[in-house]
Amino acid sequence: MKITLTLNGLSREVDLPPLVRLLDALRGPLGLPGTKEGCGEGECGSCTVLLDGEPVNACLVSIGQCEGRAVTTVEGLSAPHLGPLARCFVDHGGAQCGICTPGMLISAEALLARRPDPSDEEIREAIAGNLCRCTGYQRIVDSIREAARERREAGGAA
Amino acid sequence: MTTAAQNASSARPPFIGTNVPRTDGASKVTGRAAYVDDLPREPGELFGATVRSPVPRARLRGITLDPAFDWSDVTVVRASDLAVNEVQCITAEQPILAADQIRHAYEPVVLLACADKRKLAQAVRAVKLDLEPLTPILDPEQSLAKVDVIWGEDNVHKRFSITKGRADLPDPAASAAAIEAAIASSEVVVRGRYTTHHQEQLYIEPQGVIARWDEKGVHVTGSLQCPYYVHKALVHGFDLAADRVHVTQAVTGGGFGGKEEYPSVIALHAALLAQKSGKPVRMIYDRKEDIEATTKRHPAICEIVSGCDRDGTLRALSIRILMDGGAYMTLTPVVLSRGALHAAGVYRWDDVRIDAVAVATNTPPNGAFRGFGAPQTIWAIERHLDRVAQELGRDPMDLKAQNMLREGDTTATGQTLRGSVGVAECLEKALTASGYHDKRKAPPAVRGRVARGIGASVFMHGAGFTGSGEKHLKGRVAVDLLPGGRLRIRTASTDIGQGTETVFRQIAADATGLHLADIDFAVPSTSYVPDSGPTVASRTVMVVGGIVERAAREVAARVRAEQETSGGDFAAAADRLLTKEREVTALVQYEHPGWVTWDDSTYKGDAYPVYGYACDVAEVEVDLDTLEVTVTGFWSATDVGKAIHPVMCKGQIEGGSLQAIGWALWEDVVWKNGLIQNPRMTNYIIPTALDAPPMHVDLVEAPYAYGPGGGAKGVGELPMDGGAPAIAAAVEHATGLFARDLPLLPERLLELQTNRKG
Repeated sequence: MKITLTLNGLSREVDLPPLVRLLDALRGPLGLPGTKEGCGEGECGSCTVLLDGEPVNACLVSIGQCEGRAVTTVEGLSAPHLGPLARCFVDHGGAQCGICTPGMLISAEALLARRPDPSDEEIREAIAGNLCRCTGYQRIVDSIREAARERREAGGAA
Repeated sequence: MTTAAQNASSARPPFIGTNVPRTDGASKVTGRAAYVDDLPREPGELFGATVRSPVPRARLRGITLDPAFDWSDVTVVRASDLAVNEVQCITAEQPILAADQIRHAYEPVVLLACADKRKLAQAVRAVKLDLEPLTPILDPEQSLAKVDVIWGEDNVHKRFSITKGRADLPDPAASAAAIEAAIASSEVVVRGRYTTHHQEQLYIEPQGVIARWDEKGVHVTGSLQCPYYVHKALVHGFDLAADRVHVTQAVTGGGFGGKEEYPSVIALHAALLAQKSGKPVRMIYDRKEDIEATTKRHPAICEIVSGCDRDGTLRALSIRILMDGGAYMTLTPVVLSRGALHAAGVYRWDDVRIDAVAVATNTPPNGAFRGFGAPQTIWAIERHLDRVAQELGRDPMDLKAQNMLREGDTTATGQTLRGSVGVAECLEKALTASGYHDKRKAPPAVRGRVARGIGASVFMHGAGFTGSGEKHLKGRVAVDLLPGGRLRIRTASTDIGQGTETVFRQIAADATGLHLADIDFAVPSTSYVPDSGPTVASRTVMVVGGIVERAAREVAARVRAEQETSGGDFAAAADRLLTKEREVTALVQYEHPGWVTWDDSTYKGDAYPVYGYACDVAEVEVDLDTLEVTVTGFWSATDVGKAIHPVMCKGQIEGGSLQAIGWALWEDVVWKNGLIQNPRMTNYIIPTALDAPPMHVDLVEAPYAYGPGGGAKGVGELPMDGGAPAIAAAVEHATGLFARDLPLLPERLLELQTNRKG
């Protein structure tokens, strides 16, 4: 089945059975391995992407559900340059092994898009669906808080 | 643009001690970092899968491939196909595939490979194992009692004893009698039994490798901590010359010990399938298989009897440790050793006897996990001292402070501490920052159904391999001079998230005066990097970082000598030297400080050249209706010697502490008849951002004279040690319930409450 979607701002068409997981479509035919698989059942959040601006687990979404919709992956967040969010993860210890980082960045992006000045509690709530085993989360919270500040100072632009 | 030469010749502020951006950061935040399953498919590549035993113990009578299934494009490997059926670890007792005996559930029996993933899954179901089930031994105490013999002659993987003072007698019976007498003559005697459970590493990236063969031999790329462990296993398993085995680390999504020894197994499996099929084979575990089949933290039972004076001076200590090694020995002797060496805690004792034993059970082999035996015994000794404090009517931290090791004191192995003992400062800082004393003195705060409490622990962890380990390992690194006066570090120490490649660059840059961007870090591949020893045991920065520093300095000195002879800047001198000598490389091997002495036969001497120390404080809320525990604040002051990169250092401490909190409160492998009931992220619960408390970490720097960068010590494992006992002490403060067994699940606390009332 031919499916047309907007992927990281560009119109893309794939020919796949509609029940193929969005995660497999992204990592395979669409050539975007930045989205990771950690559990395959919607628990770890490593495969979080934005679907029409909302964070979803790409392992629980079929490619057929993406027809005519907009998908943003980690590759789309930092094109062409590192934004404050990605940079703050590097600068403030938000990434260690990095496997949860793409999903974590997507959830953080979804939060900052609707809450430019989140409290630490709101940050923790927003990333509660993204498991990290390395950091203890404190530095991820710090990174997102700092990115929010920089974005507000820059006038809200990503 | 600055050049290497300018940087080398002009003084600049040091990189060590600053938070430079991690050098693999940009690739990780853009999704470009290539983990093993992100590597492009190779032409003809197959997927690999494993058929595993559904029962914990059985005789394997036969294997049948369903004749109705089309096997034409499926590669099948069984034990009978193998010339060598041994996984080389400390010894080679674990088979690569079960041949006639099943010794644990999920034991690999048949390997399959197919280009079509869906067909591969069907093929797994089309293999029938003819099994004659036997009664498994699942309880280590039954194993020790030899209810049945399932491993070796007596089920015992390893025994150690440590003796000190009056118990230091060669005859075990006389020593045991002496420690009993020493305890009996003490003014206050306290006994206790403390237990800990399995823990899954749960790195977010599952285990995986890609294997292929060509005219140069076998190539394995994978998610792994120790390229040379896998190398050794492949050399043994295929009876190959060392230079025909090529092991490369892909970007690795967490390890925590889980990717220390296990990758040897999956690498052998993928390489066998690749050899038989003649095609590259990609083997990536799904989460369920990963949780079921791979290693976990050893469960332990510790029985402690101690004697002290009425004024709280600790005198005599007897500990019996029993660890569950699982079906094969693998790394268990080393885990047991580290557990025994940390069992006396961070305290002075006159007389000590520690008897440690690990036995086999019909469960998957337990293995390396951050802390490596120490969190189990530190849980026991910290809880025990809390009991002693109860008995004496003292605050536990006052009692602990009174007995903490100081410079010049001797440990249970008779090691005299020669400095870099920052424990008193850690205690002071953590207790002050958390307001421990004021909160402890106030009566238990109960508001509605919520009780608040605060508790603490203090502990140490040896840095580097135990005893003579580093002498045997002889870890090496190479530093090469590159055109333009740049340097390249070649080491088998891997970055698995902790920041090795960034920190090694900081060390090399400051050792030479070069800029960070002038230092390359080679991809860890056994064909290219020397064996620096494994990436384990809190040794990477302290031991391997130390030789990186020496090697970098050596290369820079040769360039500077050339500069002095013939002039020009650093880059020009480097290029001249390279033209003259073609290769300019320093290959440096680690040497223990000369004063380190260790006797493996008596378990006496300098168990580690130095220790890291820490004090952890946890504040909790306990819901008195549900007995759920929430950690509301966590403080740690940690003596790291010297923080090369403070943010990464704190990242280690915070991440390790949260793993300890998870182990204490939620993480529980549930077993039934030798099978795991919760092999998924849905029901094996690790902490989320909402479960994790705000963390407040203080770095204490009591420099280690032989550590790199001005005195760095190991920090990787230490933060796993203190969280659980600090939380248990806080729960005790809040509720009066004294927990001896982990995890502190509501049902366990209810049991304690019921027994207290009863």
